[in-house]
Amino acid sequence: MSDEIRHEWPLFEVFVRAKRGLNHVHVGSLRAADHEMALHHARDLYTRRNEGVSIWVVRSDDIVASGPDVKDAFFAPSGDKAYRHPTYYSIPDSVPHI
Amino acid sequence: MATDGAAVFAETIEKDQRVEPRDWMPDGYRKTMVRQIAQHAHSEIIGMQPEGEWITRAPSLRRKAILLAKVQDEAGHGLYLYAAAETLGADRGDLTRRLIEGRQKYSSIFNYPTLTFGDVGVIGWLVDGAAICNQVPLCRSSYGPYARAMIRICKEESFHQRQGYELLMTMMRGTPAQRDMVQNAVNRWWWPSLMMFGPPDADSPNSAQSMAWKIKRHGNDELRQRFVDMTVPQAEALGVTLPDPRLRWNAEREQHDFGDPDWAEFKRVVAGDGPMNKARIAHRRRADEEGAWVREAAAAHAARRREAGPSPSGGRS
Repeated sequence: MSDEIRHEWPLFEVFVRAKRGLNHVHVGSLRAADHEMALHHARDLYTRRNEGVSIWVVRSDDIVASGPDVKDAFFAPSGDKAYRHPTYYSIPDSVPHI
Repeated sequence: MATDGAAVFAETIEKDQRVEPRDWMPDGYRKTMVRQIAQHAHSEIIGMQPEGEWITRAPSLRRKAILLAKVQDEAGHGLYLYAAAETLGADRGDLTRRLIEGRQKYSSIFNYPTLTFGDVGVIGWLVDGAAICNQVPLCRSSYGPYARAMIRICKEESFHQRQGYELLMTMMRGTPAQRDMVQNAVNRWWWPSLMMFGPPDADSPNSAQSMAWKIKRHGNDELRQRFVDMTVPQAEALGVTLPDPRLRWNAEREQHDFGDPDWAEFKRVVAGDGPMNKARIAHRRRADEEGAWVREAAAAHAARRREAGPSPSGGRS
């Protein structure tokens, strides 16, 4: 019985906001029975030394990710668009503040 | 796909970039990574026992609080590492079962007993010191989740070593009996600490492949030498003797010469015949069995809540 149940706790991904004004950043994952327990475990596991002021937990199987196999389809098109960058444009040094 | 994947993998390693969970990787790499990370995680979890035994016996509230925090860190380190192993398709519960059934190993250092409170200090100083030597290079290990877990662990490990050394300094300022206690603990932990770096490179069959895959960055002997060179001045400052008659400075090499650990003992302890192997596993098995009802109850509670509808406490903050 216990053999069956013990691995049923789902996996959660944990994101921590280090301080106000910063994004939540992925810090790792953990197992918990539900979201509430995941938050408590995340507090114990990832913020023992004032690492954060806010935590998100997300079930890992709710995350949709682009895979390495679609890397080119997703990201290659931006490689040949140098004109999206400010350094693409040459402006004389004599022109100030630009 | 496999050939493309193999080329990408080779290039990633070559360029010193990190391999991430969904990348193609050779089966051998995946297996080696799971084995190493699991063994490391098990070491952290089993490593809670030798010091955990001293939490209630620590001589002051301050020492109890410090030791409690340290042992809690070991639990945390184990969990970071199990999470890293799970990114490779391993299952935490399955890994625990493999540990309990003796199918996966943990560091042989934890199969020695902690006889006095002096041992608690020496474990922090020598055992965690050796662990830091081993672990700092792993922060650049080629597998991303492992390297990231190691960065987190290394940040916390420094407190472990310093609290141990401070504890020993305090005891060395005490009575002759307290100083003897420290020296006695050093005598017992020195050689097992040197064994933590693994067998000599010539007898370490997996090392070459792990170096090629950039899982490991340094040989066992190189790290062992580094540890000895770091530790000798610390021992002098503390006023203890390291129990090795062959230990001396070699001006030519600009490193210390030192004796060989008893590798026959190392093999015996790794094979399961150390002083505490059976007790450590029995303790872990008991904790697993006695915690089963809690895990089951939590799962049942969560299932009932799911049936009752969505939680009201959603939303981003």
